[in-house]
Amino acid sequence: MLWTTIAFWVFASFAVLFAFGVIAARNPVHSVLFLIATFFQAAGLFVLLGAEFLALILVVVYVGAVAVLFLFVVMMLDVDFAELKRGALQYVPVGGLVGLLFLAELVLVVGTVGLDPAIGNVTVEPVPNPTEVSNIAALGYILYTDYIYLFQAAGMILLLAMIGAIVLTLRHKPHVRRQNIDAQVNRRPEDAIEVVKVKPGQGI
Amino acid sequence: MYDYFQSLLGPEWGYLAAVVLHILLLVVVVLVALAFLLYFDRKVWAAVMMRKGPNVVGPFGLLQSFADFFKFALKEPIIPAGADKIVFMLAPLISFILAMAAWAVIPVAPGWEVSDINVGILYIFAISSLAVYGIIMGGWASNSKYPFLASLRSAAQMVSYEVSIGFVIITVILMAGSLNLGDIVEAQAGGFWNWYFIPLFPMFIVFFVSALAETNRPPFDLPEAESELVAGYQIEYSSTPYLLFMIGEYTAIVLMCALLTTLFMGGWYAPLPVLDVLPGVVWFSIKVVFFFFLFAMVKAIVPRYRYDQLMRLGWKIFLPLSLGFVMIQAIVLAVI
Repeated sequence: MLWTTIAFWVFASFAVLFAFGVIAARNPVHSVLFLIATFFQAAGLFVLLGAEFLALILVVVYVGAVAVLFLFVVMMLDVDFAELKRGALQYVPVGGLVGLLFLAELVLVVGTVGLDPAIGNVTVEPVPNPTEVSNIAALGYILYTDYIYLFQAAGMILLLAMIGAIVLTLRHKPHVRRQNIDAQVNRRPEDAIEVVKVKPGQGI
Repeated sequence: MYDYFQSLLGPEWGYLAAVVLHILLLVVVVLVALAFLLYFDRKVWAAVMMRKGPNVVGPFGLLQSFADFFKFALKEPIIPAGADKIVFMLAPLISFILAMAAWAVIPVAPGWEVSDINVGILYIFAISSLAVYGIIMGGWASNSKYPFLASLRSAAQMVSYEVSIGFVIITVILMAGSLNLGDIVEAQAGGFWNWYFIPLFPMFIVFFVSALAETNRPPFDLPEAESELVAGYQIEYSSTPYLLFMIGEYTAIVLMCALLTTLFMGGWYAPLPVLDVLPGVVWFSIKVVFFFFLFAMVKAIVPRYRYDQLMRLGWKIFLPLSLGFVMIQAIVLAVI
């Protein structure tokens, strides 16, 4: 128990620290790196909760794929972010409002438990007992039985988005030279070169 | 070991001491093994080219890697003036630490892994998908054109081949019915005809080639293609930071060999049940060295790919092949 508590405080405090770094860093690349570090701390918290599958999926999907894209874009953009941030003060009211809204919601959630302890005591028994089934197996049973249609629908939407993006950016230019891999691979020396015996003094 | 320390220091501190000792032991063993594997790599390469290879330091040049280590460690690290210093120094550390971290779940022999987690294979997949950060950060922080271009290249390369590695891992998981590396090895018990490289032969090849691409080994060493990009993302690195990059890279290669052994070659099991008298760790090491030999031979024999060929191989050949195989295998397993 001791280590779990220590680990929780370490992960939680670093998560907050790095999350602050994301908005405080002047260099956008540093911001993305802080974001990655924050994802890591969140993954650590998931592990502490016993949701190791979610933790690793978080790392694979967000850190391994999404954040790499962020980093790519941010590194290659030639935007003067210091210039952009100069006018940032005028957005403070809007940002503050959104922040307050979230704060109010958090207070509401925590507050209701504080006001009526009965709500906090309602514990839902997980359907497959977590001590018997590993958490991937449990997720699998739920996703492929009760939620199969929703799961497939989500997959279809993602596929559609991917195809849409490809179609939008696909351009066929008629006069561009393209590689024909088959032709390249099937090329033989006989097709490409001609051996000529040249007699001295005559030329070809 | 865990019981001994827990009886000595109490359950919590004893556990901590045992885990730390276990990790240290693993790191030391991996690093020393790496030193000799590096020597082996150079010797194989030399033999293919009919050279002698390293033969000066120690008997038969066996201590060459240690001499190299001291050379790197004692030199002055140079940080370019325009570099982003923190990220610049962080990049080699990240690639080294990640390569080492993945070893935590590799089952060298029954129950020898540092952490026996249920999602071991996913953990390795996650860690190896992070290896790209070391390269991107190194290339970007150098603040120079060649490293940056190389890091963009290699990021695209590693992300592409990860997809097919993921599908290959799914086929193995489907066969074994578990994500725990120990269970995957257990499922291949009893002779080499039970090993997964026979039923999953096409995937075994795809994984081997993808592992070459994922670890930036020749013929896919485009991130450091010295003939066009000087030395890729490592140009500005010298001394210990460079050493960390290099050790990280080789650790990742040995890790891929260990993964090939675990997923396709029955891990710690002997090829014939009779031969199981030798301890599992011996068989495991033999198989890892065998795969490392294959990696070294590929490096010596195959010429470097062109970048568009690399991308074509990854996206147009391996991806449909592995995706199709996952579907076929799922159907076959469901029917049986």
